[in-house]
Amino acid sequence: MALLTARDLSLGYDSRIIVSGLNFTVSSGDYLCIVGENGSGKTTLMKTLLGLKKPAGGQILAGDGLKANEIGYLPQQTVTQKDFPASVREIVLSGCQGRSKKRPFYSRDEKKLAEKNMDRMGIIPLARRCYRELSGGQQQRVLLARALCATGKVLLLDEPVSGLDPKVTAEMYELIAQLNHEGITIIMISHDIGSAVQYASHILHIGDSVFFGSKDEYLESSAGKNFMMQQKGGDGNDR
Amino acid sequence: MIDKLGMYLQYPFVRYALIVGILIALCSSLLGVTLVLKRFSFIGDGLSHVAFGAMAIAAVCDLTDEMLLVLPITIISAILLLRTGQNTRIQGDAAIAMISVGALAFGYLIMNIFSTSSNLSGDVCSTLFGSTSILTLTQKEVWLCIILSVAVVVIFVLFYNKIFAVTFDENFAKATGIKTERYNLLIAVVIAVIIVLAMNLVGSLLISALVIFPALSAMRIFRSFKGVTICSAVLSVVCALAGILISILAGTPVGSTIVAVDVAAFAVCYVAGRIGGRG
Repeated sequence: MALLTARDLSLGYDSRIIVSGLNFTVSSGDYLCIVGENGSGKTTLMKTLLGLKKPAGGQILAGDGLKANEIGYLPQQTVTQKDFPASVREIVLSGCQGRSKKRPFYSRDEKKLAEKNMDRMGIIPLARRCYRELSGGQQQRVLLARALCATGKVLLLDEPVSGLDPKVTAEMYELIAQLNHEGITIIMISHDIGSAVQYASHILHIGDSVFFGSKDEYLESSAGKNFMMQQKGGDGNDR
Repeated sequence: MIDKLGMYLQYPFVRYALIVGILIALCSSLLGVTLVLKRFSFIGDGLSHVAFGAMAIAAVCDLTDEMLLVLPITIISAILLLRTGQNTRIQGDAAIAMISVGALAFGYLIMNIFSTSSNLSGDVCSTLFGSTSILTLTQKEVWLCIILSVAVVVIFVLFYNKIFAVTFDENFAKATGIKTERYNLLIAVVIAVIIVLAMNLVGSLLISALVIFPALSAMRIFRSFKGVTICSAVLSVVCALAGILISILAGTPVGSTIVAVDVAAFAVCYVAGRIGGRG
């Protein structure tokens, strides 16, 4: 059974519908990339999947025993975080919050989990460093470790490589692919269609035309071909 | 000088002032870090002006216990202000400025029109800048202050991790199933309580200083949230203590002396942070 199923989903703010008629499924172990032009509703879709927003219509079904708060989330960075005095360990630990609803403090298991995930991301040496002094790539690793504390199943990544230089971007993609190999389902919003088709197993294209299918199907589809052409033409201008 | 201090400390009102001053400084600094980081530095200012307006109404209505009116009105305003955080027509800073100035104007207007006091400008001045009222506390007020302060500290410690998560990344916290609205509400109520308490100490114009200075000073030096929180609490208490003692010895106004010490502490921390290699 699928982890997440979107059935006739429509998204929008207030009464303005941005996208409608979305149907897709995410199965365990998938690597789904959500692509589309700016303003096509990618971030809105992500917020809806996370339960931060109610869908304007249709529904999202969670299967395979996936609970709503078992989704790990890597958000885009906010202005507040750029100047936030917090150590790496504190931030990673805060990913365990969803587990300890009633308890005010972290348990030993949660501290171990945080340690394990910092190790996975290779940021143990940074544990006591201040978040705002880290480089962009290191900050993303910290937030990824935090997201891993919140889930063992699904990661939602919102433009995980925006603002990173090419070398760090490549490392980040490798890291995500490795997590996918370890069995974690990945759902990623991306501007970078080239890398999307390189790593993803499935593509969801939203915009004027909606497409959902495997990567190979996407490359054959008209939506895919057009979008690839556009991106190649306007590479680098989309930020 | 020690003798003089010892002599003063024999008076219960001086001891009360010290107890209340330290407790308020402690409470206000705890939430200061969160407020500064959430870009709500000015909420202290806004809310204290609301409290000033409410006090004016209470005075006109001749209420014997002002707290009954002032506290609820301030809490409601705090909730409204912190709720406007995102996706509203009026931005957070504009909303705070609006409520702050509006309440100040109305408070003064009401006091002017209906006042029965012969020394109106004196009354207004003492509410705005804090006054001798911290030296005229009754035992009942001191107890009330102790109880509320303990409540604030206990709430803060119990919810410390949640407050951190909500401050650092509200969306993430919400996505992992934390009821962020509930914690924002909690923060709003606590900050309102602190501000009403603090009005006695420094008056409504200077409260912001008590909330933001210790947090900003601590942020110059420490790099972890826990470090910043603890440092700002310690700093705030030390500054308040020093401020009150200086004001007793030198006969200066209590509120502005405490704030002056806070400013000096910030300067020291800033330089220390620079020397320590951080800007």
